[in-house]
Amino acid sequence: MTAAAGYDDVVVTAPVTVPYQRYSTKGAHWFLGRAVAGLLDASGLPKSGIDGLCVSSFSLGPDSAVGLTQHLDVSLRWLDHIPMGGASGIVALRRAARAVQAGDASVVACIAGDANRVDSFRESTARFSLFSQDAVYPYGAGGPNVSFAFLTAYYMRTYGATAEDFGKLCVAQRSNALHYPHALFTTPLTLDAYLASRMIADPIRLFDCVMPCAGAEGFLVMRRAEAERLGLPYARLLGAIERHNPFPDDPIQYRGGWVLDRDALYAQAGVGPRDIDVLQTYDDYPVINIMQFEDLGFCDKGEGPGFVRRNSFEVGGSFPFNTCGGQLSVGQAGAAGGFLGIVEGLRQVTGATLGAQVDGARHALVSGFGMINYDRGLCSGAAILGAA
Amino acid sequence: MTGGVRRKNPILKTRQPTLPPALRSRVALGMTAGAAVGRLDLQQCEQCGTVQYPAREVCRSCLSGQLVWRPQDGLGTLLSETVSRASMELYFRERLPWRVGLVQLAAGPTVVAYVHAACAAAPADVRVEVALDRAGQAVLVAMPLDAAVTLAEDPRLHDMTCDPTHRKILVTDGKSEVGQAMVRAFAAAGASQVWVGHAEPWKQPPGFAALAELPQVTLVPLDVTDGQSVTELAGVIGGKVDIVVNTADHHRTYGIAGRRGVETAQAEMEVNYLGLLRLAQAFGPALRGRAADGDAGAVAWVNILSIFALANFPPHGTYSAAQAAALSLAQCLRAEMRPAGIRVVNVFPGPVDEPWNQLVLPPKIAPKGLADAVVKALKATVEDVYPDPVARDWLERWRADPKTLERELMAASPSSAG
Repeated sequence: MTAAAGYDDVVVTAPVTVPYQRYSTKGAHWFLGRAVAGLLDASGLPKSGIDGLCVSSFSLGPDSAVGLTQHLDVSLRWLDHIPMGGASGIVALRRAARAVQAGDASVVACIAGDANRVDSFRESTARFSLFSQDAVYPYGAGGPNVSFAFLTAYYMRTYGATAEDFGKLCVAQRSNALHYPHALFTTPLTLDAYLASRMIADPIRLFDCVMPCAGAEGFLVMRRAEAERLGLPYARLLGAIERHNPFPDDPIQYRGGWVLDRDALYAQAGVGPRDIDVLQTYDDYPVINIMQFEDLGFCDKGEGPGFVRRNSFEVGGSFPFNTCGGQLSVGQAGAAGGFLGIVEGLRQVTGATLGAQVDGARHALVSGFGMINYDRGLCSGAAILGAA
Repeated sequence: MTGGVRRKNPILKTRQPTLPPALRSRVALGMTAGAAVGRLDLQQCEQCGTVQYPAREVCRSCLSGQLVWRPQDGLGTLLSETVSRASMELYFRERLPWRVGLVQLAAGPTVVAYVHAACAAAPADVRVEVALDRAGQAVLVAMPLDAAVTLAEDPRLHDMTCDPTHRKILVTDGKSEVGQAMVRAFAAAGASQVWVGHAEPWKQPPGFAALAELPQVTLVPLDVTDGQSVTELAGVIGGKVDIVVNTADHHRTYGIAGRRGVETAQAEMEVNYLGLLRLAQAFGPALRGRAADGDAGAVAWVNILSIFALANFPPHGTYSAAQAAALSLAQCLRAEMRPAGIRVVNVFPGPVDEPWNQLVLPPKIAPKGLADAVVKALKATVEDVYPDPVARDWLERWRADPKTLERELMAASPSSAG
């Protein structure tokens, strides 16, 4: 396979968060529209300054991205819609970067957001996918908690991870979230409280689960010269990968597509795992965090539990990770959950965090994981952002 | 009322029935055909043999469009499992927690399945069976390898069955040999109450007097050809019946040319078709209303039909027509009972060993064999019952090609039903 070309002078800028709400009566268009408004505000660009748009949302239906163009009255020469859940941020970034690089667009707004009315989550879970509707939801309608319980129980049995290992990550993320103004969880979490939380789908506890909410995230992709002209702090896109349905013959998921692509990622970026100053993983369920530590090469397969035990994960710890608190402590605003890590990683390497700053963060690795179509997450992706 | 029937607390609200999610893609409904008779079918590729799950439109391996449903042994390994203690659906919330797991079938695919309480913890060898859930949809259940373990032994999965134990049953005609056998079978199966319908009280067939001596039995007047009789009985016991077993049957052995006039055919339609309609109108709403009434609420409606409902058996031509009408109406009844989770079980015996089949050659199913098959079906989760070799032979031929079966039956004489 030929190595993919690099991203030249494509940069990422203007991290925007539309504050999360547990429930909201507003629709997805509101959150996505406010995200675009936030991007204009952050960049100083007029609406006409954006000529590309990339949208991710579960609750935009029956509209797709094109409907949103009229709703927001933006005229574009490039448009994409990325329905890949937790991988949508990475995939949107890759698509947008190539469009800018090739000259199909000059400034691409990447946005993700979702509404959350009181019954939204049940409705979207019941019809999440054809396979899920036919062969998962009828078995107890436990949603992703049950699917991830299978993977978690299998991982624990196979590699010796314990509840304390998962709890350590959740406690560290909460500690990070206490500095982040948009986190919906605002009280400290202790390991004892984690362990005492009720079982939802054994071995998944309440504090292993993300809380669905409404909100949006966004960022802009453009050439470095454009960012400098606008006076915007930016991060360089050093490398990015994606993979879909990576190991169809694995009877149960214990690894993700990163395993197949991480060497290409580090080669493209010209850095290795040791050069990463801050890691943002897709964290719906702690076992997926550990899977990403392994599959992105921070430790070997099966050594995740040991890696967790010998590191500390707070900002200022030996392995700063999910520095705004991740979805586990901020909330999961639908598809915006797949953008949260990019926006936070961008803030870290540009020194513009809203919460705690990792000192001298030059390289952020952001990872995405998404779409439990049936029994496993199908999409994986990762990107490395470098300080200017 | 006999003793032992628990009375309902009048202060408590009668619970409304809830159902598990019934939405399926069209292709996934293919699993139902096997499940209706208790058989696990999965899609298999005609080109490369790959077994598929979940149901697909094209082969996951060679992308051929020729996927056919084939019986599977269900053997596999329980890879992982959970106890789901939270659910987004009312049906499951009312019955938490649920044991569910991922099973890798020896045939290839990994399936999500309910896990029977008797299964060892993962990893464990299991056998995946198919069942019809309360919504009438096919679901997979991981069972222990020990074939003696039944679905009903798991308290959660028991809810998918229509176990007659401790239930109150109406047998609409208890005088025929089939009706009498049915009453005895339900009494033996632990029914708490069996109401036995009898028309024309002056007729006392052999065995009927002894039947009335059974402690569970109460004789009730019921003539399914008389709307008032049906309505009156429904007014008295309709709100108590858990399972209706319609054994009312009028069977004569004529085609078209063998007898002038329509009186015989009319009588067959009056009992077999309109009788079912009268019963369904009078008892159906009451059953639907009690579908969630306590631990042993209304659960099922059983129609004793005939395999002749599938294709006309010319020597019993008008009877076959009445059975076809009854089957069609039973499908309507199934659709109307489904929102309450009441299972409509259609039973298609081949010739029963009773006087009107005197000239039909063996094998013929004995009334007791038919009754035992009905009880067994209710204890499982099937909805179509082909209880004997002749019935299964007809079914196989009908499934293969109804037109070929029609031509074969054209040559049939009274002594060649099979």
